[in-house]
Amino acid sequence: MSGLLKFVACGSVDDGKSTLIGHMLYDAKLIYADQERSLKLDSKVGSAGGKIDYSLLLDGLMAEREQGITIDVAYRYFSTEKRSFIVADAPGHEEYTRNMAVGASFANLAVILVDVTQGILPQTRRHVKICSLMGIRHFVFAVNKMDLVDYAYEAYERVEKAVKKLAIDMDIAEFTAIPVSATEGDNITAGSNRMPWYQGAALLPYLETVDIDPAPETDGFVLPVQRVSRPDATFRGFQGEIAAGAIAVGQEVTILPGGEKALVSGILSTDREVAQAKAGEAVTLRLSREVDVSRGSVLAAEAAPEVTTMLAADILWMDEERLSAGRQFWCKIGAKTVPATVLRLKYRLEVQTGEKIAAAYLNKNGIGRVELALAERCVIMPFDKLKALGAFILIDRVSYHTAACGMIRHSLRRSDNLTWQQTDITREVRAADLGQQPKTLWFTGLSGAGKSTLANALEKALRSRGKHTMLLDGDNIRLGLNRNLGFTEEDRVENIRRIAEVAKLMNDAGLIVLTAFISPFRADRQNAREIIGGKDFIEIYVKTDLATCEARDVKGLYQKARQGVIPNFTGISSPYEAPDNPDITLDTVGKSPEEAVAELLTALDKLEAAQRG
Amino acid sequence: MMTASMSHLDALEAESIYIMREVAAECERPVMLYSIGKDSSVMMHLAFKAFYPEKPPFPFLHIDTGWKFHEMIEFRDRMAKEKGIEIIVYTNEEGARQGINPFDHGAAYTDIMKTQALRQALAKHSFTAAFGGARRDEEKSRAKERVFSFRNTAQAWEPKNQRPEMWRLYNAKLHAGESIRVFPLSNWTEKDIWQYILRENIPIVPLYFAKVRPVVYRDGNIIMVDDDRMRLNPGERVEQKSVRFRTLGCYPLTGGIESEADTLEKIVAETLAAVESERTSRVIDHEAAGSMERRKREGYF
Repeated sequence: MSGLLKFVACGSVDDGKSTLIGHMLYDAKLIYADQERSLKLDSKVGSAGGKIDYSLLLDGLMAEREQGITIDVAYRYFSTEKRSFIVADAPGHEEYTRNMAVGASFANLAVILVDVTQGILPQTRRHVKICSLMGIRHFVFAVNKMDLVDYAYEAYERVEKAVKKLAIDMDIAEFTAIPVSATEGDNITAGSNRMPWYQGAALLPYLETVDIDPAPETDGFVLPVQRVSRPDATFRGFQGEIAAGAIAVGQEVTILPGGEKALVSGILSTDREVAQAKAGEAVTLRLSREVDVSRGSVLAAEAAPEVTTMLAADILWMDEERLSAGRQFWCKIGAKTVPATVLRLKYRLEVQTGEKIAAAYLNKNGIGRVELALAERCVIMPFDKLKALGAFILIDRVSYHTAACGMIRHSLRRSDNLTWQQTDITREVRAADLGQQPKTLWFTGLSGAGKSTLANALEKALRSRGKHTMLLDGDNIRLGLNRNLGFTEEDRVENIRRIAEVAKLMNDAGLIVLTAFISPFRADRQNAREIIGGKDFIEIYVKTDLATCEARDVKGLYQKARQGVIPNFTGISSPYEAPDNPDITLDTVGKSPEEAVAELLTALDKLEAAQRG
Repeated sequence: MMTASMSHLDALEAESIYIMREVAAECERPVMLYSIGKDSSVMMHLAFKAFYPEKPPFPFLHIDTGWKFHEMIEFRDRMAKEKGIEIIVYTNEEGARQGINPFDHGAAYTDIMKTQALRQALAKHSFTAAFGGARRDEEKSRAKERVFSFRNTAQAWEPKNQRPEMWRLYNAKLHAGESIRVFPLSNWTEKDIWQYILRENIPIVPLYFAKVRPVVYRDGNIIMVDDDRMRLNPGERVEQKSVRFRTLGCYPLTGGIESEADTLEKIVAETLAAVESERTSRVIDHEAAGSMERRKREGYF
């Protein structure tokens, strides 16, 4: 049995989590005298009747005390003679579900509070589901507020039945229920004589003795490489924490994703030279020969991490903005961070009923199964086999928020045999043939700003300079390649993705590409920039104000939009997000097309000179 | 990751090292705050272990208020020499010139000489990530803070809007002007720190060991008379007492405790039996509830 128990306390709001933990610490004499003094002082000020408000021991943020709720997870550390504990006290409000999940990701046991007068609430189910998804296998249901039902067995029994049903619904193997009163202290640190009908252990004694077997993780050796250390030419070490198994000097390891093999020639466990090391140790490994190892590589022996670019995973969506298929993120798995695209939302999990519902979106706090495509081959394992290579986060590419956390279920074999074909005639060769530097000139601006007119005029000017060019125009692409796309959020993302991929192929062929699309969203343009490659992508913001565009109204679209005939029209009923930092900004008002093109050419020459350095 | 055969301290050590390596790999310009106290000593020791045989791939930074115990400054300079590392020392010169001191300026002193000084130092060197030795068991708002704790462009903490931190997948992505404070000792307790110092034989400032020192008793605190700048209130007199310190900072703001514990073993024994938390010895924490959170929002570490 491990000496340390990490557990999370969760449940619906007002079920008494903070009070329960606070009372446990207080009764077990696990708080310091000064904390007790300030608790008594705060209670006098805050709560009615001068009774001690145990939750004040935990709700440490000013906003929490003001609102009387828990916003973020708090960690408390205590030891009894039998065991050390770290408890994460999680918020109950649905709005703060992501903070609750932070606590769940850290724990190996969950104490779920249930108010005996309320029974299982929607939020109780949500928390149990999240805990179970995130790998918790042991659950304690603390049926609280027994004092409010006069410690009656019948009231407890009703809730206990519901708990059993919930456990079956959610496929929880290990659980127990304990009737408690957090405010009065019954069954917290010691048995209660007010509930003689309950024969089991009180909460703290239960936690002191519960046996948490380590999760059935993989046996083979796995070391995700965090960092390559090379202080001088003679030393090259690979640093990380052993995620599973053990390793000894002289043993052979495989370097993934590449698949090369080498022998372990030395092991440092922190700063000590050792002959072998095992899971949990921070090590620096040296290998017998020069091999390609960098941050994100995985050293493995007798284990079977998979190498893939596509996977199926369950995710908890945490961002304010909803998730739709096609969106791109940074995905961090172990020590590897790569661009990734959510290809498909397979279903949304309806937490209350357990149904898997086909859905186009995942809203904040939603749980669902997705298919994820990674931009590079990554080393993964199913979450149930090894958390270190089976858990990931998705990071928004613009805001950098952690938008989701995910649990890998399995890899998808589809693209395993698809790798980028290296051709002998390279991009550089093709560009040299044409005697030019391929790039994509990405025009963005409101409808009627003059993108197509300018792109057209600029293309003519470039051709007269002997350049080889191609113009991709909005409506033309919509009529052909993207004929099957509409104007929903997903389709909009896909529209831009295809255009960017086509532009990139044409750049590879050596061409200078001009694109003229409204492309109103920053995130979409950022995606395009990443597909095409930062140094080849030139964002040209055609800055014409809305009034001017609407006055021009070449295609009569603004009029229709104002009449409500065209929904989601950029500038009228849908936003235009101007570039923060475009490579070129062009103000067209009061300029002839010739003047504008001359200005563009000058700006482009300047950029090229700067790039050449 | 914790396995049955690993001790609690081994697991804490591995976790801290994992965090430090993540920062070194992902952050552009890290720095390690060095306050000279026991937690900083443990953190520095861990940094040497984390990157061995390399030296820690970042500089150390000490914010000197001018009112630290003299023995702390001597210890700092000795460590820099022995370890062969760069310790950047920064003082808010403007504040020092104005004569800002802990006797006359109270909360403003902490703000100007510590919070503002830290902000100035981080900005001056464009550090994007700063390690701090804070632990979650120290104080209630700390208990809520992430390991990777974000500071906006004003270097302020936004406690209501912390990035979710799942498993050990730290998201270190930053926009220009933003920075991170990283707390590799988040999950250590005071007892863990002392037991680890004992196990690893980590050098610490002698003030932690009991010794007869000149002190005055003031508002329930035992303040050491470290130099002749100490002002005595009417009725106060300097006494010789055997005292030691559980935390170290600016001497007029740091309370000692009466103790005979002059070895690490005795200190550990006393810590295990302590009834008062170590925060009681920091005079600045005795203000209203939430004072730590307020300072952190303003850019205090």
